[in-house]
Amino acid sequence: MIKSVDALVIGAGPAGLAAALALRNSGVQNILVVERESVPGGILMQCIHNGFGLHRFKEELTGPEYAERYINAAGDENIIPLTNTAAIDIIDNGKTKIVILLSETKGLLEIKATVVILAMGCRERNRGNISIPGSRPAGIITAGLAQKMTNLHGLLPGKEIVILGSGDIGLIMARRLTWEGSHVKAVIEVQPYPGGLNRNIVQCLHDFNIPLYFSHTITKIDGDKRINKVHIAPIDTHFDPKKTGNFTLSCDCLLLSIGLIPENELSLKAGVALDPITRGASVDADLMTTIPGIFSCGNVLQVHDLVDFVSEEAEYCGKAAAEYIKGTNKKGKDIPVKTGNLVRYILPSKVKAGRSALLSLRAMTPAENVNLIIRTDKETLYKAKHRKIFPSIMLRIPIKEIPPLARYIEVLFEAE
Amino acid sequence: MERKQMKKNLICINCPMGCELNVDYTAKKIIKVEGNTCKRGITYAETEIFHPVRIVTTTVRVKDCSIPFVPVKTEKPVPKKIAFKIIQRASKITLHAPVKSGDVVIQNIMDSGVNLIATRSLARTRQKSKKNT
Repeated sequence: MIKSVDALVIGAGPAGLAAALALRNSGVQNILVVERESVPGGILMQCIHNGFGLHRFKEELTGPEYAERYINAAGDENIIPLTNTAAIDIIDNGKTKIVILLSETKGLLEIKATVVILAMGCRERNRGNISIPGSRPAGIITAGLAQKMTNLHGLLPGKEIVILGSGDIGLIMARRLTWEGSHVKAVIEVQPYPGGLNRNIVQCLHDFNIPLYFSHTITKIDGDKRINKVHIAPIDTHFDPKKTGNFTLSCDCLLLSIGLIPENELSLKAGVALDPITRGASVDADLMTTIPGIFSCGNVLQVHDLVDFVSEEAEYCGKAAAEYIKGTNKKGKDIPVKTGNLVRYILPSKVKAGRSALLSLRAMTPAENVNLIIRTDKETLYKAKHRKIFPSIMLRIPIKEIPPLARYIEVLFEAE
Repeated sequence: MERKQMKKNLICINCPMGCELNVDYTAKKIIKVEGNTCKRGITYAETEIFHPVRIVTTTVRVKDCSIPFVPVKTEKPVPKKIAFKIIQRASKITLHAPVKSGDVVIQNIMDSGVNLIATRSLARTRQKSKKNT
């Protein structure tokens, strides 16, 4: 038997839950949220530290607290995610999509949906992504896996720890493992600037005098059964290791905090086109992918720094998806969005003439005293001074109305 | 000596903006704060220089539910120097489900005047805790 729903949301993390709530608030009744883990909440459940929700709730929550607010709000609307259920395929049948689910209790399910919202989140890059030479011993894991082990399972991943990459999860784990009695010896960052937020450098590294080596990399890993040493070298401007200034650190654990990739295997199966820079779906102003009726939001669309922005984006997406279901989505000419000087990416890649838009962007490199400019071929729509910009900080700029006659929108940073 | 003026560069940790603060101060008071975007920066500089505080988060053992640990936090920021003691203290207790987010786990932990509270709700189950998440 094939069950039909108006909207099927894949993933019950912050994005999926906020999207489902927005669908319901826009009058969509028949919503199914599926989640492959045994509880909703997504990655927030292992992020036990505080710092979530400052934008949304004007207070500082931990990950599980933030998640619980959305789980409860969804529950109040009778949206109970179907857990232990993985979406394994999406088939585009034009007006409807067929999603194949594998459920622990219900077996193989086929669901017909008018709209599918992709909210699967992202996963971590690992050793294979950066090819570190050396042996392949135990004890080399991603920072997020270490977080799961420590916070959910109560297992300490190591006693003497080196962290490669200064992404936020690595920084948070430096503090967490120090608090749990491990010795975090160093954080090694290949770039000349931090990968994570400044506040995490302060409260996770400075607080414990953990050294952070910029423009350094790990050139070799030693160890037979278990990792016992890493070789560290400074790098030149071409990112090649220098011959001088090398040193080694003994350790029994190497954590990798080297970036996140949207988890889009399912999207690709459905035939959704991806953006080569964000590695998330290529979307229009409604966050609809290249397949009409399939939407994308949260970390599966673009890797965010703040869950607050994930919720905001997912709400926007849920609302747009509801309008698509009802056939009330506003039409308009698509206008392409181009990246200019110092802009790594901009999302969405096209906006609609005469409509509002919410643009997300990241800088290519850090810079000081620049103006962020958003303009068309004819006029400037937005200009704001930035004392400092960092690639690690996503900027979100709302535009009230895209001029109907614009041929393109360009986003760039200009020196003051 | 009471007049001696000092300088310190801080990064405000109140929000993800991470403003870089230049602080002029004496042994007793803040004279000037520059670089802050909002007024929380000034409060942060004052606390950070004279009595730094942090919210401490960790986990506590829990029985009779689907997972073996429940996350906890200090309800308010506590002096930075007692963070380790708080974590050691929390590691020595065991709770029993059901637990509700916000439940007081340890009152007035390490005489800080602050309660340690649960940050996740867990229903009571009769199953043995064998699987996580």
